[in-house]
Amino acid sequence: MSETIKFNLNGRPTRLTVDGERMLLWVLRTDLGLTGAKYGCGEEHCGTCTVLVDKEPVRSCQFSVKDINGKEVITIEGLAKDGNLHPLQKEFMERDALQCGFCTPGMILNAYGLLHQNPKPTRSEIISGMDNNLCRCGTYNRVVEAIQAAAGT
Amino acid sequence: MTKDRYVDSGQKNALSSLPMNRREFLKGMGILGGGIVVYFSLGDPSSLAITKRRGPLFARTPTDFNAFLRIGEDGRATLFTGKIEMGQGIITSVAQIMAEELDLPYDSVDMVMGDTDLCPWDMGTWGSLTIRSAGPVFREAAAEARAVLIELAAESLKVPKERLKTRDGVIFDSARKENRVTYAQLAKGKSIERQLKGSPVLKKVSEYKIVGKSFPQRDALEKVTGKAEYAGDIRLPGMLYARILMPPAHGATLKEVDTSGVNIKGAQVVKDGDLIAVLHRYPDEADKALEMVKARFELPKTGLDDKNVFDHLVLVAPKGRKVSKEGDLKKGEGLSSHLFEETYLSGYVTHATMETHTAVARLEGDRVTVWAATQMPFGCQANVASALGMKPKNVRVITPPVGGGFGGKGNNPEAVEAARLAKLTGKPVQVARNRAEDIFYDSFRPAAVVKIRSGLNDAGKIMLWDYDVFFAGEDGSLLFYEVPHHQVLSRGGWMRALPGSHPFSIGPWRAPATSNNTFARESHIDIMASKAGKDPVEFRLQNLSDKKMRRVLKAAAEKFGWTPSKTPSARGCGVACSIRSGSYVAIMAEIDVDKETGKVQVKRVAHAQDMGQVVNPDGAKKQIEGCINMGLGYALTEEIHFKDGEIFDLNFETYEIPRFSWMPEIETVLIDAQDSPPHGGGEPAIVCMGAVIANAIYDAIGVRLFQLPMTPERIKEAIKNSKA
Repeated sequence: MSETIKFNLNGRPTRLTVDGERMLLWVLRTDLGLTGAKYGCGEEHCGTCTVLVDKEPVRSCQFSVKDINGKEVITIEGLAKDGNLHPLQKEFMERDALQCGFCTPGMILNAYGLLHQNPKPTRSEIISGMDNNLCRCGTYNRVVEAIQAAAGT
Repeated sequence: MTKDRYVDSGQKNALSSLPMNRREFLKGMGILGGGIVVYFSLGDPSSLAITKRRGPLFARTPTDFNAFLRIGEDGRATLFTGKIEMGQGIITSVAQIMAEELDLPYDSVDMVMGDTDLCPWDMGTWGSLTIRSAGPVFREAAAEARAVLIELAAESLKVPKERLKTRDGVIFDSARKENRVTYAQLAKGKSIERQLKGSPVLKKVSEYKIVGKSFPQRDALEKVTGKAEYAGDIRLPGMLYARILMPPAHGATLKEVDTSGVNIKGAQVVKDGDLIAVLHRYPDEADKALEMVKARFELPKTGLDDKNVFDHLVLVAPKGRKVSKEGDLKKGEGLSSHLFEETYLSGYVTHATMETHTAVARLEGDRVTVWAATQMPFGCQANVASALGMKPKNVRVITPPVGGGFGGKGNNPEAVEAARLAKLTGKPVQVARNRAEDIFYDSFRPAAVVKIRSGLNDAGKIMLWDYDVFFAGEDGSLLFYEVPHHQVLSRGGWMRALPGSHPFSIGPWRAPATSNNTFARESHIDIMASKAGKDPVEFRLQNLSDKKMRRVLKAAAEKFGWTPSKTPSARGCGVACSIRSGSYVAIMAEIDVDKETGKVQVKRVAHAQDMGQVVNPDGAKKQIEGCINMGLGYALTEEIHFKDGEIFDLNFETYEIPRFSWMPEIETVLIDAQDSPPHGGGEPAIVCMGAVIANAIYDAIGVRLFQLPMTPERIKEAIKNSKA
């Protein structure tokens, strides 16, 4: 059933009339044209679709759009502020923590959520916090270093 | 200036002296507009042969060059090549090569890649070939362009060219530095073409400022901000998302289909022969609509599954092809005091790129444009043209950034489907595989069997090596150890396996054949070392005269801090070495094995590689880290389970690929060989991962694994059998 959903998207109040049962991933990618969140598996295994809802990372492939009503959604497109990259984005570039880049938006946003909850994580806390985000190119060690650098640990 | 080597495109006669297809290509490109163009052919002779053979079919495909370089009137250089970027980093390293040899700042080089309208024909991007095969030619083309600029500058500055020097896009008189001219000034108003012939003078390696230095990935900013547009991110007005009916098993035949139950508003059903699709302007609605399609398939009964397939492969294998033979096997047997005979197995694996196979197609009049996640844009062009009955020149394939390839993105069925559906619906169409389809329709790394019979004398020298590889392919099967009596046979081949050999489509998977052959060879060498009571590194060195291999082994041992011991030593240390894409590689690993659960944790890896000249050391290291990561997967968990053509692993839940917590500490050594030709970097390190872990498991617990992947179940089973 169509319903009107009001939420804050990347800092902008947004209003959307949509079937609330649809998955956030497809609404972002098609209705809203934000293609930074990617489809990887559709079953919450891989994390390429990760976005932030109230600063918590969620798997948008299995997250109903009605559940963002009244909340704040941040996608990779909204992470840089006033043209300045977020420290995580900077450190991913600095450590060259990417190859094909397909998992990168999900990695960065999951790391954002991790640091939001635990600003000074240990290496093993980073590894366990990131363990369900998959990267086939094998950039894991660099991603850990980038997160450590962004956290200043 | 040797004017006869130039073509002034402003003159009709000169232009008409060009081969027709080249003239048309450059004209179509608008290249004749200005600047300096050097066109050239990439080194691989097979690539040119194919170009020539296909030439007549491709009116816009030049037959005498397949890449070109332009120095624009703004002084910037642009390389046009059909190669593609999929994370392997050539968008960065090739730009480094061009900038170095042109004496231009790195940022003044642009790369145009994988667009069949803008780039001449290219065979595709695979096999760690770009830097080792095309790289030297890119370098020569840049040197040629620089030579043209110097000749122009000699005229313009009225100075003999011997006195001219180039730096950062400027040419100056070394005797009077203020007498200078920029590349932009030289290219301005010019229309010069030159074909690379012979060997231009190259810069000395000792003068390099850009090649050999680490550069971060060129497209990183787009990728960390979500601006990079992959094939699935292309949005076109009126575009429909298609979902295609997938059979439940390979070899299944569609008997009945009923689409009358599709009651999603706006869903469009298409039936075209074997292609049953539903399309919608929202992909999730198309998903729902597909679920409403009822279909009945007749299922095949091949009786083949992931357990009995190895016996099947040995049974159906044709007579072997002799890869190498030396001495007399009987004599070798006679000279041996210990004989060994073992069989090594490896299962089917899938590519599992994070980006699933995806393509978008748009038809306009008699032309179609396809955005495809492909390693072979020109193959894709041919596939689409043939499916639509169009001329290839009317098909444009654009390759956006590709979200991982590893050999799995070359067949392009999704592009053909998108194009067919675009034609049938009259709308732009996206076909993006879901994960299950991506695995189901993949071209898998073939399952393979290797049988080795070998013999050792009392001095610890290998006397006999009798090697049969079934269906993996022969790459990496050649023996680099010194064995007086040996034979290597390859049976059933690899890509050309006869129909009926494999239950589904197979294809290249990062370092095809070499990973299977390295697992077998390096495991077997370890078995002999253990029997001889020797340290496995020492045993290898004792049977090895190849200087490069000895050097990488020693370099890895030094980095690892290898202390000699006979195995099993209970330390959990292993070694393996190999040759792939011309590169020599040795890997050592330290692991833990939990005997209760059968779980392996690789704690640290030391790696050494002689890959000749290294263009981008950090880029090379990223490839090595990637290889080690991906290698953990085929070594420990990755395997397709199937029966009668049905595939049971259709998502990451059961098809486990490596994750953060698996990663060992990794140290790499790149052997300094900057004066040597470059070799492959994208594949070598992956080939040792099966063997190094198998050998480390044996060292840890004294149990030998003969089948990949070495899952917890197989390890527990092997422990149980060793006790029995």
